[in-house]
Amino acid sequence: MKEISILIGGKAGDGIRQAGHTLARLLNRIGYRIFFYDDYPSLIRGGHNFSIIRASKKKIQAHKEKVDLIVALNQDAVDKHRHRLNSGGIILYDSEKVDSQGVGVDFVGIVKELEGVPIMRNTAAIGALAGILDIEWSVLEGVIKDTIEKEVDLNIKIAQSAYNSIEKVWLSVPKLNQKMLPLISGNEAIALGAVQAGLNMYIAYPMTPASAILHYLAEHEDDLGVVTIHPESEIGVALMALGAAYAGAKAMVGTSGGGFALMTEALSLSGQGEFPIVFVMVQRPGPSTGVPTYTMQSDLSFAINSGHGEFLKVVLAPGNVEEAFYLTGLAMNLAWKFQIPCFVLSDKHLSESIFSFDADPDKVKPEDPLLWDGQGEYKRYLDTQNGISPLAFPGNSEAIVKVTSYEHDEYGITTEESEQIVRMQQKRLRKKKTIEDELSKHEQVKVYGNLESKTVLLCWGSTKGACIEVAEELGLKVVQPLVLEPLPINSLKKVLSDADKIIDVEVNATGQLAKLLSAHGICIDDMILRFDGRPFTVDFLLEKVKEVLS
Amino acid sequence: MTTVKELGTYAQNTWCPGCGNFGILNSMKKVLSDLQDQGLDLNKLVLASGIGCHAKIVDYLKVNSFYSIHGRVPPPITGIKLANPDLVVIGHAGDGDAYGEGIEHLIFSAKRNINVTFIVHNNRVYGLTTGQFTPTSPAGFIGRSTPRGSPEEPLNPIELMLSAGAGFVARGFAGKPKHLQLLIKSGIEHQGFAFIDVLQPCFTFYNTYDFYNQKVYELTDGEYDSSDREAAFARAGEWAYGEGERIPIGIFYKVRRPTYDEKLLKGRIPVKLKPGNIRSILEKHI
Repeated sequence: MKEISILIGGKAGDGIRQAGHTLARLLNRIGYRIFFYDDYPSLIRGGHNFSIIRASKKKIQAHKEKVDLIVALNQDAVDKHRHRLNSGGIILYDSEKVDSQGVGVDFVGIVKELEGVPIMRNTAAIGALAGILDIEWSVLEGVIKDTIEKEVDLNIKIAQSAYNSIEKVWLSVPKLNQKMLPLISGNEAIALGAVQAGLNMYIAYPMTPASAILHYLAEHEDDLGVVTIHPESEIGVALMALGAAYAGAKAMVGTSGGGFALMTEALSLSGQGEFPIVFVMVQRPGPSTGVPTYTMQSDLSFAINSGHGEFLKVVLAPGNVEEAFYLTGLAMNLAWKFQIPCFVLSDKHLSESIFSFDADPDKVKPEDPLLWDGQGEYKRYLDTQNGISPLAFPGNSEAIVKVTSYEHDEYGITTEESEQIVRMQQKRLRKKKTIEDELSKHEQVKVYGNLESKTVLLCWGSTKGACIEVAEELGLKVVQPLVLEPLPINSLKKVLSDADKIIDVEVNATGQLAKLLSAHGICIDDMILRFDGRPFTVDFLLEKVKEVLS
Repeated sequence: MTTVKELGTYAQNTWCPGCGNFGILNSMKKVLSDLQDQGLDLNKLVLASGIGCHAKIVDYLKVNSFYSIHGRVPPPITGIKLANPDLVVIGHAGDGDAYGEGIEHLIFSAKRNINVTFIVHNNRVYGLTTGQFTPTSPAGFIGRSTPRGSPEEPLNPIELMLSAGAGFVARGFAGKPKHLQLLIKSGIEHQGFAFIDVLQPCFTFYNTYDFYNQKVYELTDGEYDSSDREAAFARAGEWAYGEGERIPIGIFYKVRRPTYDEKLLKGRIPVKLKPGNIRSILEKHI
């Protein structure tokens, strides 16, 4: 078996994500690479939640519409997803609650008999599933011990009872001889990348789908050496972070589009005052509240054009957990090297999906900013050849450090003199050349698939996962810019120069990357856009690309 | 050592002659100089301001400063204090800043008890935008946005701060600099959020010198117990920022409580924190 996809579904409150998580780790521990997609509505109880866990021998970063197994904790999970089942697929269901064909196990009865609580039906489901898949009991027992915090022994009993109730192997998943990798979400990768680059403070107001960065860092504060703060609003968040950066702390903020809208005045201040700061923006469908727990790539234009006035920023768009890790580290280092705002542009699909993480943590290191040498009188905005003024922080030197939202002289005192205004604006914008030189040392555009192909799937962010698999299947080339501002136009033109047909694939309604490239003279031939809040799956995109090519 | 004179900068002062801000600026210089004499390292001091006439104070003082945007003084000073709790942080704001655009931040600063001093230059009019009513202008105030008189009642910031949980609530008058200096000094020395509303006449758009000179009186130790929250509310209610006969100035309320920075940081100093080892965390994800 090369791969297997399993859907587990129930209502909110059934512990679907937790069960999916346990299942993902189970498959991870027998050597598979994992992609875990979590689909849930914006509510706490009721509704319909499901997760799709895809496990494969090779690295994957997308899921498929079709699945091999459905685990149904309620009737909806069968009724809504039966059509997804591949031929020969199986439905494992709670025989007490669900009417279906397939393998019925009385999860309710098992939990009752062992005096568990109703949510433990998910443990019973995982136990039965491990039986169906012929996974050794000891592996499941180990995973339960490592993942479940409360009532471990009871959960093990329940899982074992369900495991033993399966008398026949339905779909054997053989153990693979591959090393196990950590399973982390995009949000966790962002958090860890920032920590590795020296993050001191993470400041955020809760907003789906970015909240998990705050939760994760808050939970691991002591281990990671980070202080987390949850202030009164996103306005407070961004301004607090600027205060922290002024004092010398490496700070990062995270939110989604609506929260970021409130941060834009602080963003503009970071432009004028030359504050190093990292903004993580995890996109979801808008406009406005939109569809809070689903995915979209509709804030690309917003991110690159945000903030009033003219100032430099860098926008990086990771498409998987390794990129999320590296690029967040890079964003942190660039922010401090150049004293500019840097963005990590993610989306729900990347941030909340879980991937096998195969990165070298040591590739991200904190890089020293340019610090004042202590000679002479300190000028916060010293006009230098490359526009970068040495940094000093209040309290740790003789420097008097004056930062300001006003146009200012080198010392940081307000000015309205025309010559000064021009000089300081030129000083700030002069950094562009150095930033571009620095970025050119890093991979800015990725290319996958058949490099000889003249048909290109153009994508950015989390859409890459599905694009790569489709390209491999059809012999096409994939081009994915990692840097969206300043756009690496020369690199893009180079990899697209011999393309006959460029098909832009984006999760938004207007093709924002296509527009951006068109403005730079790159002609897009076709667009495949999805904007129902769902990400591209491999099989869905395959059909769409075939339609475009036929 | 920096002398009072050396605390000034080369920036040209553009406040109107007679502006109440001078009283606050001079008081600040005196207080900073005195605190320096008592051992405060001025390199550890950070001043912040918002936007408006008051905010120019950071251009006029040769100390570390963060010239913020309108309404947004409390968040950066909170960030500064949390990033490096060794710093002594003072925020200046106008009444438009503190009680209008940024009121949420002010309330939260009091609620959290962040250990900073917050001085409101309350002239009860927008000066720099040439004369509109503010949250503390009296009802009926005739300004450029309310030519037929403001339809709103003023906010009482003393009551607001007491309600929000501030542990140090004071009111000063820019026309009584010696008294103001004592308040500011007490505020800086207070461990916790120290709020000082400073009545500050605007010579050009709302000249209240005579009004205040006739009505202010000082709350003095011995006659007034600043640890009594009920008494503080009673005094705060004596004048509601409209008409009125007697306007108390001084420390309305003062109580030491654990500060936000103490509770949140538990001794950690973020600017000195070293990142942890993520490898051991990653292992838990297998």
